[in-house]
Amino acid sequence: MERIQQLLLQLFSVFRRLGRGQLFLLHLLGGMASLITRPGLVVRQLYSVGVHSLVIIVVSGIFVGMVLGLQGYNTLVDFGAEESLGVLVALSLVRELGPVVAALLYAGRAGSALTAEIGLMKATEQLSGMEMMAVDPVRRIVSPRFLAGFISMPLLAAIFTVLGVFGGYFVAVPLLGVDDGAFWSQMQARVDFYDDILNGIIKSVVFGFVVTWIALFEGYDATPTSEGVSRATTRTVVHASLAVLGFDFILTALMFGA
Amino acid sequence: MQKPYRQRRGQKRRRAPDLLVRIRNLEFSHESRSGEPLRLFYGINLDIHRGKIVAIMGPSGTGKTTLLRLIGGQLHPGSGTIQVDGEDVPTLDNKSLYSLRKRMGMLFQSGALLTDMTVFENVAFPLREHTTLPESMVRDMVLMKLHAVGLRGARDLMPSELSGGMARRVALARAIALDPMMVMYDEPFTGQDPISMGVLMKLIGELNRTLRLTSIIVSHDVEETMAIADYVYLLSEGRVVGRGTPQQLQQDGSAWVRQFVEGEPDGPVPFHYPAQPFTEELLGE
Ligand SMILES: Nc1ncnc2c1ncn2[C@@H]1O[C@H](COP(=O)(O)OP(=O)(O)OP(=O)(O)O)[C@@H](O)[C@H]1O
Ligand SMILES: [Mg+2]
Repeated sequence: MERIQQLLLQLFSVFRRLGRGQLFLLHLLGGMASLITRPGLVVRQLYSVGVHSLVIIVVSGIFVGMVLGLQGYNTLVDFGAEESLGVLVALSLVRELGPVVAALLYAGRAGSALTAEIGLMKATEQLSGMEMMAVDPVRRIVSPRFLAGFISMPLLAAIFTVLGVFGGYFVAVPLLGVDDGAFWSQMQARVDFYDDILNGIIKSVVFGFVVTWIALFEGYDATPTSEGVSRATTRTVVHASLAVLGFDFILTALMFGA
Repeated sequence: MQKPYRQRRGQKRRRAPDLLVRIRNLEFSHESRSGEPLRLFYGINLDIHRGKIVAIMGPSGTGKTTLLRLIGGQLHPGSGTIQVDGEDVPTLDNKSLYSLRKRMGMLFQSGALLTDMTVFENVAFPLREHTTLPESMVRDMVLMKLHAVGLRGARDLMPSELSGGMARRVALARAIALDPMMVMYDEPFTGQDPISMGVLMKLIGELNRTLRLTSIIVSHDVEETMAIADYVYLLSEGRVVGRGTPQQLQQDGSAWVRQFVEGEPDGPVPFHYPAQPFTEELLGE
């Protein structure tokens, strides 16, 4: 009996958190309009959220592309189909790996930083201090960060994808001797703008929205102590990564399932 | 941005012209993590008159900071009324609450400076958020406030480069940046050396006179606070246990007030957070 009660209580608190998360989202979306008059706030966050994630995205993109090239070549060469390597690399990156891996890296790099920053601002009473100065911390602090994350994520995924393709090219053509022209022309012929590229962009937009939302909410809802902030940061990475994979499955099923 | 408040002030000063803060039967409990509420206030009555310096004193943990947060509308009372400038704080909607807060300054116990901005930008923050003053005017106003707290030379430092006492003074400069009608000081004197303590005391008094501020000071520093306060409330265990002008309190015969004012270790004021008897706890292992 007591067990059941505890379970119900926990379930209840999970739902309460979900509800708080959604109210928080509404609140921060409400702050978007006022950002038009203060683009500087967003630009600064674009720098810290987007530009600071560039290094990890660039390096990972190139390596993931190179690995794809190697692995793909080994499989395709058995069927004499190594000319299709370009297609394989491009499609895997555009449809799946680009958005997903970029989102996972973004969650680890920018998401955790956002959570820690906002959690610490809460722990040191900076948010409360702002409230007392009649400044809404959600609008002033959270909204610009959300917009910056939302804009950065698709761009990061695009950069990841493009560099991945070049990484694959580098392995395939100069190293393994795949035909240069075939690599590009097959890719051009088989990668569709709507079916592949647009769907990839939609994915990265969704991931950007979800990861940034989770990161900001975890920070804002953190217990205002050092322990609470460290837990919130961990939760951001875990929950955001799971959310990315979960949404990826749903979106893939919707886009390519039928 | 500043003018309208002054004008509005003139118009709606009918209800209680003299009373800025009026608290009646205030009850409040903190939600503790164990689920059991922590009762802090059992029906507090408190009046703060315009233009006065009112001190709220009491042992650590009685809820002085909590009381300031209640006045600022950050916490909601369990029951009772809190009126500031004729408005009922707990029932205000967000918009009116924020407009009321523009007229209050609060100095946080921890300073609560924004750590990603310089001292200058911290003091400029409320001006930039709430006014559209030209940059040169912002600069002049900020330097003026910083000069008043003796930190004009520290304007380019980051909050992490300040000492605790300096951070408190910067926070004070920020709290008065918008020329509020009332400033709540949470422990303004802790961590100040004797000189800056004297400067701060003088500053609080001067601000009060020249800007016609109302000041609420929460403090443990009995001597300093008594020296500048017009009226003092003593809080303990959720009740007002003493009130009066500093002279009245010093002559007060009650054991509680005497103990607190004189700082004697033994007496009716509990030093310990409520707990079971120590011997019991030691033996009960
Ligand atoms: N967010 C909170 N949740 C639960 N309990 C709290 C919370 N904040 C404060 N308390 C409790 O409320 C009591 C009063 O806290 P408060 O900070 O108001 O005291 P104070 O009078 O300002 O003390 P000090 O003089 O040391 O600053 C304390 O016993 C504290 O344990
Ligand atoms: Mg306190």
